[in-house]
Amino acid sequence: MFDDFLIRAALAGIGVSLAAGPLGAFVVWRRMAYFGDATSHAAILGVALALATDLPVGLGTLAVALAMAITVAALAGRGWAMDTTLGVLAHSALAFGLVAVSFLPTVRTDLSAWLFGDILAVSLPDLAFIWSGALLVVALLIWRWQALLTTTINEDLAAASGLNPARERLVLTLALALTVAVALKVVGALLIASLLIIPAAAARGLARNPESMAILAATIGAAASLVGLGLSLGLDTPAGPSIVTAAALTFAASAILRRP
Amino acid sequence: MTLISASHLVIRRGADDILTDISLSISAGEIVTIVGPNGSGKSTLLRALLGILPPTSGSVSRKAGLRIGYVPQKLQIDRTLPLTARRFLSLPTRQTAAATTAALIRVGVPEVADRQMTDLSGGQLQRVLLARALLSTPEILMLDEPTQGLDQPGEAAFYRLIEEVRRTTGAAILMVSHDLHVVMAASDRVICLNRHICCEGAPRVVSNAPEYRALFGLGTQGALALYRHEHDHDHTHDCGHAHTAGQPHQHGQTHV
Repeated sequence: MFDDFLIRAALAGIGVSLAAGPLGAFVVWRRMAYFGDATSHAAILGVALALATDLPVGLGTLAVALAMAITVAALAGRGWAMDTTLGVLAHSALAFGLVAVSFLPTVRTDLSAWLFGDILAVSLPDLAFIWSGALLVVALLIWRWQALLTTTINEDLAAASGLNPARERLVLTLALALTVAVALKVVGALLIASLLIIPAAAARGLARNPESMAILAATIGAAASLVGLGLSLGLDTPAGPSIVTAAALTFAASAILRRP
Repeated sequence: MTLISASHLVIRRGADDILTDISLSISAGEIVTIVGPNGSGKSTLLRALLGILPPTSGSVSRKAGLRIGYVPQKLQIDRTLPLTARRFLSLPTRQTAAATTAALIRVGVPEVADRQMTDLSGGQLQRVLLARALLSTPEILMLDEPTQGLDQPGEAAFYRLIEEVRRTTGAAILMVSHDLHVVMAASDRVICLNRHICCEGAPRVVSNAPEYRALFGLGTQGALALYRHEHDHDHTHDCGHAHTAGQPHQHGQTHV
């Protein structure tokens, strides 16, 4: 059944959503939207470096995304003006990546696949990479759930309960880098952040507890992947942006429903 | 038995000495109130004692395995985070529904269990924070200006609740207050802080001011009384540190 490119695409979308939904909830709760942007834009630089050095693209993306996420987290810890710092980092990461890519003729021709994803070209090894990464992220979040939630609510409260807020932040940083690496093939560097934020934001209006918001976000993301794929097939639109469009429409519907 | 102690503790941020040479210790079952003007380092001291802030020099030691119930000054929960009071009580240690219900009844707000944290009033939120602190069966409760944002009856009710908690659990209580006029009569000790310990001692209980009694509705045996700092004494000893111009000397001293 994995022979069908459509089934592989659908499974890839669902796999990414499983990780992006719950992680996206933390991104929303902690107001880390720009953080997600910076990390995912850095993925393009990772692609360029990986291709130039003949390393697997997934590894290159993961390494650069992790480096970016750790840099951002360290700067945040030093009390830099996050809005400005993240703006600088997010956009320069993208620019550096695009400049680096222009030196590689093979990528240059295929740039839009890296920017907007190429879910219909997901291979079996891609699928294995996506699902193992996504399951790792989910396992990490479930394992640290109570601690992550306490730290998100109030770091002093977490520290007084014997938790180490710095460690929990690192867990989120790791999960973010992993999710970026995993989602690159599906929605591309420019739209990864939207897959984190939009399903979680859509889930907010319908949830009364953090757990239900996380599960709903994953479900909405998965449904949007399927609807987006259908849209892409029926209307011959690009798959990645179609998935994000479907998620955005869900958000709009949830925002209207929520109105008392 | 000493629960927490600090020895020559110094906390510096940049070139600023936020706390200098703080030595104190809190014993089991004791109620200690730290008072001082804004910016006197009260919250910093509490956070250092909790182990959140590392000392620049000096040391803080806590009894091994000390269970601390901490009530922060304020809790700003992002509106994007759906969280009922009951769910909040289960963080980070999961609690049974029976335990959370009992904790909410104990602090007098059983009706908020299924309400969103962001919808609670200031007084309800403080009580939920206290309920959460109590669920860890603390040996010491540390409260950072717990009545900030409450009106006076609310404040009085909250102090009575704390007093009741001490009576029933025997937990020590370390509380921070910027209100120099109102501290708990039950305080065994009051520490007056202005970046260093100005003075400490038993509070002088003022229980015969009728206008205050009317306000709080408490008799002489009430849980709350007034501790009046004397503002118009002259400074002859170690409180005579630099005060910036235009900032009146707010903290006072009472000695026993």
